[in-house]
Amino acid sequence: MAEIVHGRKACATNPLKSSAPLGAALAYLGMEGSVPLLHGSQGCTSFALTLAVRHFKEAIPLQTTAMDEVATILGGAGNLEEAILNLHKRMKPRFIGIASTALVETRGEDYVGELGTILRKNASLRGTSIVYASTPDYAGALEDGWSRAVAAIIDALVEPGGAIGPLSRQVNILPGVHQTTADIEEIVAIVEAFGLSPMVLPDISGSLDGTVPSQYQPTTWGGARPEQVARMGQALHTIAIGEHMRHPAGRLRERTGVPVTLFPTLLGLEAGDRLVSLLMELSGRTAPARLRRQRSQLEDAMLDGHFFFGGRRVAIGSDPDLLYGLAAFFHVMGAEVVAAVASTGNSALLERIPTQRVVIGDLQDLEDAAAAAGAELLVTNSHGRQAAERLHLPHLRVGFPIFDRIGSTHRCTAGYRGTRDLIFEVANIAQAGLHAHGPGDFADVLPGEKEASHACAPVAAG
Amino acid sequence: MSRSLQAKIADVFNEPGCDKNAAKGEKERKKGCSKPLTPGAAAGGCAFDGAKIALQPITDVVHLVHGPLACEGNGWDNRHAASSGPMVYRTGFTTDLAEMDIIMGSGEKRLYRAIREAVARHDPPAVFVYATCVPALIGDDIEAVCRHASEKLGVPCIPVNAPGFVGSKNLGNKLAGEALLDHVIGTMEPEFTTPTDINILGEYNLSGELWQVRPLFERLGIRLHACVTGDARYREVASAHRARVNMMVCSTALINIARKMEERYGIPYFEGSFYGIEDTSTALRTTAALLVRRGAPAELIDRTEALIGAEEARAWARIAPYRRSLEGKRVLLYTGGVKSWSIVSALMEIGMEIVSTSTRKSTREDKERIKEIMKTDAHMVDSIPPREMYAKLRNGEADIMLSGGRTQFTALKAKTPWLDINQERHVAYAGYDGMVNLVAELARALDNPVWREVRRPAPWDVPASAAGGSSLAAPVAAAAARA
Repeated sequence: MAEIVHGRKACATNPLKSSAPLGAALAYLGMEGSVPLLHGSQGCTSFALTLAVRHFKEAIPLQTTAMDEVATILGGAGNLEEAILNLHKRMKPRFIGIASTALVETRGEDYVGELGTILRKNASLRGTSIVYASTPDYAGALEDGWSRAVAAIIDALVEPGGAIGPLSRQVNILPGVHQTTADIEEIVAIVEAFGLSPMVLPDISGSLDGTVPSQYQPTTWGGARPEQVARMGQALHTIAIGEHMRHPAGRLRERTGVPVTLFPTLLGLEAGDRLVSLLMELSGRTAPARLRRQRSQLEDAMLDGHFFFGGRRVAIGSDPDLLYGLAAFFHVMGAEVVAAVASTGNSALLERIPTQRVVIGDLQDLEDAAAAAGAELLVTNSHGRQAAERLHLPHLRVGFPIFDRIGSTHRCTAGYRGTRDLIFEVANIAQAGLHAHGPGDFADVLPGEKEASHACAPVAAG
Repeated sequence: MSRSLQAKIADVFNEPGCDKNAAKGEKERKKGCSKPLTPGAAAGGCAFDGAKIALQPITDVVHLVHGPLACEGNGWDNRHAASSGPMVYRTGFTTDLAEMDIIMGSGEKRLYRAIREAVARHDPPAVFVYATCVPALIGDDIEAVCRHASEKLGVPCIPVNAPGFVGSKNLGNKLAGEALLDHVIGTMEPEFTTPTDINILGEYNLSGELWQVRPLFERLGIRLHACVTGDARYREVASAHRARVNMMVCSTALINIARKMEERYGIPYFEGSFYGIEDTSTALRTTAALLVRRGAPAELIDRTEALIGAEEARAWARIAPYRRSLEGKRVLLYTGGVKSWSIVSALMEIGMEIVSTSTRKSTREDKERIKEIMKTDAHMVDSIPPREMYAKLRNGEADIMLSGGRTQFTALKAKTPWLDINQERHVAYAGYDGMVNLVAELARALDNPVWREVRRPAPWDVPASAAGGSSLAAPVAAAAARA
């Protein structure tokens, strides 16, 4: 049981979190023919856009209602309407996902009412699905924005009722914000291996997977289609991944009666087993040979890899659900999570993280804790690169954003195969840091000669 | 918005040093130079973004953003302004306002505490405090907090009042300039001065470009006193008023600093560029001439000419080997401001053909220069919508595009070579050395066999007769024929 410590600093230093509206935008990008629209100043969109482009290495359709000072004082309904109509005219999206920002929330705009008026007034918008989520920057982070946007999509598009129960082969998948394209592809493959038919919402594996379309594409190219979302009530079951998906999964269940299984994470042998057990039960089939083989490969990877984990001191900083999954993974492999920092306190899983203390804080908190505890590996997003440099620690990049490595969306850490590959990645980082022994390494063979020191002495922040 | 900020913006819009502004009528000038944004069709950063870009390169100070998370959380550590020493400028500081701070109106208190914490931990020579939309909306008075904190903590706290919603990135640049003029420049004295001290304004040392030109000045005995703000230390900027000459690099960004420094301290300024061989020479020449006019020994001019002669010859000699790869290749140049003409002249010099060059951010003078260099204005375009740009590239109307990150994927998805010449780039392109780099990068991009490879048709797109043949080499031959 971890103790949860809320930081008391007034000055967040080296922010760990990305904003909630950006999380919502990422969810909206998992819809086909989509353009997310941030309701705020142009800078709100510009910063989010730049960061998303740096992460995905893709052109990202993301627009703004461009609230200026006058609109902020007089009200943003006009800007919202103009933005929707402009998007509709210029980009012909099938889906527009609106996320509010701190600016319009502080002003206390009634955009739900305004949006209703706009839709009634403009008959031309009827063929476009328009969804709205409240995601002020001052509350929560990436997971919260993503979760609220998915709930908003469900509320707006899923047809109520309609559960057809055991006759259906459809299984709804609600991935969390940290499932990469590769994770989703892996989950889909596993579900299909049982003869079931997955319906993923949001599906960034169809839109942010880095492809070269044969023509110019102003909106997302691929992703979940509104008419598929409408039929999510016909599924046999819903699989949600991450505590932050509890809320949207609950909404889907209330709306349709489709039962839900929530997986805190899909990383690790046990999580993989739970997923396979569920799918065996749902499909009435046993696990196919390929999955059995993969499980065996994972066992072997654990055996080969555990040498590089055992007793290793790891510092992790990330959004809460990702933090839980990673910490559990390192713990099971024998590593010690000596520092854990979560971007927000908004997850019930935090206290179940296998470590002494979880700090709700920033990357400076992580850096300080890692230095104090003599961590040997830093696990966080690309923003941790400065801390890793100062601490002379290897840096495993996880989560969002990862802007100084390419291909991160094609890294799979879900299921047997994903877990296997992450073991290799970590073990190889450890091996890269091994050095040839010299007499200096054995200076403390005789007790009392010198204070026994840890093999990897903590390096002070500089 | 506070009345003082309103006045500041009106003042900035009324800039007489800006030649775009000078061409306007009285009435038009009052309206300001921000084009109204179109909701749903807007691109580019806000005023806060612009202010931060202009000041963040000051390396030894704390840059503290007062606002909710996104303003700093989504944007920190995102440019490659380089430092030769202090690293505190790369640290992201924000008050990360929470809902309760906004409801309870405790933003100012939180800001003060944040300043105190940052000072206690980092002991910086100054703290720059940036306003953002939400605190501006709820009426946080960052100027008062900065005054109070400066007194209490004994560290200058500089309010940068450019909340995002007041306008564009460019306006933010200028408001940043105003903050320097009001609170920084002239507040400290240099340890010593020389008759050849200069400042460079509007150079941010992206990817270390300042270090490509600093040695040129040093060779001439010219001391680069302050760069505003690339690789700057607070003290240098604060004592910049003692320099003899100001060179202004990024034409539209910090014109207000140049003009007001001339007004207040009698420092003459000129506009120049380090992009392109000719432009680098002109910059050195003008600097020398102005310094001599202000009392530096006249022999500086001869030494400058000698250096220019030697360095130009050396640069062209290093560029010559690339002519084979570049001659006759067609370039689509999509950037703004000074870069458009200075790069055009260099590319034409090595035999490249300019398909078009954008003049979105160029001044009238910039456009005249381009016309002069290219002998026609047929190739000047304002802006190209992405769909059209994609079609142009896809149809092979250019062999390579040079632009900023925003249009990167338009080129790449059209399977066209692309080179980053804006702020995200990792290669330094300034001075003589930088031009050699640029040419080398162009050749590297164009000569890369990967373009031939990615344009290979997929097996299912190859006509049956070609694909069904027994020869395994058939598709390769087909691809080679296309190329």
